[in-house]
Amino acid sequence: MSDARPEPTAMASTTEPVPAPAGAPAPPPTVQVRVPPRSWRSEVRAVKIVWRRELIRFQKDRMRIVTSLVQPLLFLFVLGSGLQQLSAASTHGVDLKTFIYPGVLCISVMFTAMFSAASIVWDREFGFLREMMVAPVRRSSIVVGKCLGGATVSSLQGLILLALAWAVHVPYSVGLMLGVFGLQLLLAFSVTAFGVMVAARITQMQSFMGVMQMIVTPMFFISGALFPSGDLPGWLAFLNRIDPITYAVAPMRTLVFDNLNLSAEASHTLNPPITWFGWEVPVALQIFMVFALGMVMLGIAIAEFNAGE
Amino acid sequence: MTAPAISVKRLRKSFGDFEAVKGVSFEVATSEVFGFLGPNGAGKTTTINMLCTLTKPTSGHAEVAGFDVVAACDDVRRHIGLVFQDQTLDGYLSAEQNLRLHAELYGVEKSVVKPRMEQVLRMVGLWERRDSQVLTFSGGMRRRLEIARGLMHSPRVLFLDEPTIGLDPQTRASIWGYIRQLQQSEGITIFMTTHYMDEAEFCGRIAIMDGGEIVALDTPGALKEAVGADRIRIETADDERAIAALGERFGLEATVSEGAVSFAVAEGEAFVPRLFAELDVPIKAVNLSRPTLDDVFMSHTGSTIRDAEESAAKNKNRAVMQVMAGRR
Repeated sequence: MSDARPEPTAMASTTEPVPAPAGAPAPPPTVQVRVPPRSWRSEVRAVKIVWRRELIRFQKDRMRIVTSLVQPLLFLFVLGSGLQQLSAASTHGVDLKTFIYPGVLCISVMFTAMFSAASIVWDREFGFLREMMVAPVRRSSIVVGKCLGGATVSSLQGLILLALAWAVHVPYSVGLMLGVFGLQLLLAFSVTAFGVMVAARITQMQSFMGVMQMIVTPMFFISGALFPSGDLPGWLAFLNRIDPITYAVAPMRTLVFDNLNLSAEASHTLNPPITWFGWEVPVALQIFMVFALGMVMLGIAIAEFNAGE
Repeated sequence: MTAPAISVKRLRKSFGDFEAVKGVSFEVATSEVFGFLGPNGAGKTTTINMLCTLTKPTSGHAEVAGFDVVAACDDVRRHIGLVFQDQTLDGYLSAEQNLRLHAELYGVEKSVVKPRMEQVLRMVGLWERRDSQVLTFSGGMRRRLEIARGLMHSPRVLFLDEPTIGLDPQTRASIWGYIRQLQQSEGITIFMTTHYMDEAEFCGRIAIMDGGEIVALDTPGALKEAVGADRIRIETADDERAIAALGERFGLEATVSEGAVSFAVAEGEAFVPRLFAELDVPIKAVNLSRPTLDDVFMSHTGSTIRDAEESAAKNKNRAVMQVMAGRR
């Protein structure tokens, strides 16, 4: 049917006058560019630029920095000060704000990381995702860059809360700072990877935020960020142990409490070790679990983006 | 003669039951400006997406810049520039940051990023605005920036999907200016789609697409010549009677489109007086035109581009609904 006649010489036959661009200046000298074949170096460059884009955007979006501080501060100061009246007796003299503080360090990065992952949904809606998807680099580089970017941005946000340690009677120390920052980075990376994995499937902003809230909020509440995970009722203890966030909150609390002079009693009530059928799960294993889960979700996210579009 | 920049053989794409592209074949020579003309829904964007490696063909074969679009999609991507129908810029970033990001993603050698950026931004007249956030740009400026971005890595083939849609006449004119300039200074092959008939005339060759098929392919001049006749459109009191009368008295085949009876006739100016004298249906208005690409389209498809667009939209909606119904 389609009688395609290759007639490459036909080019010059139409010489309709083309309006020149306004005030057409002499064309500048041509700079020819050669795009090199794909190599690991080009992949590293791609990861780096996607990562940097997240930082630039974060820096330009001051509003987001402020708004995402509201929730953690509410938990810390309003809930913490409010419930203090009820709980003073059973916390062995420890301020409830101090107790909640490690949990709040976690929540702040979790919700910021969620927003970072949401930006992939925005990117799709505003078309920018397409620009990245047609680039001659692996999709995995783009997903990795995105996750690292989300993790970095969230941890920077977490630094603001870390600075508030004095307000909840936690003394500053280099070890504490580095440890908290490292844990936040890890948690933020895993949550971002989770978000990106969800974003590969859910392409509308409203549904995405809905799904994320529905999953992340319960995980946060169950994790023991706001209560000790020692003597919970059976059903809650079960949910608590299968909640991945538990294994980010517990090391965070141990880290913070190690910097305080607490009585053995207080320490045992407020920061009981996480147990599986009576077996104490080592802190290193807990941290490793958060990392491993993050990597698995990153893998799934990459596979989904490779298959899609 | 060098190898063709694009060569397509029996390329086909279907979405479920809906066959969007029904086996098209054509070649585009290096540094040619090749236009794809057709109504929305004719399969132009689907074809372009297959050539850009964004959509996998159902069957058939296509090579761009000498590389197979399926087997060597990375090589294809390195050698093409893309300007999409809807904008794909990051509004939070500045113009310069958008281009730099593109250069990094494409692995452009660091030392040439700056001079190349200056060149392409000057070409589209945005060099002075390079530090402004893209959010503050008008639609025309964004489209110009996207063209500049598509050129950052010196592609061999530049794909432009409806590059001038929704733009003011001035911006449209300047975009055509860049296209000519590019073709001359860098020898870039340009592959574009449009559904503006007047724009298609700027192309070296045009493929007219309708219903997923190429119905004609030639230079604009040759296509118009083939139609030959002038076109007369009349508004009458009774279209059906007018069509019958035209057939009986003059042996002309007339059709109704966009509310007017239209037909082709060899010497239009001389025919109009006869028409008034001999047609016994009252004529309310008459319009005579030299052949345009609209007429070419009409003569190959039997409908104007606007009518074709409406029916294509209906078909597509139906197909989409079927796909959605099938998912449940």
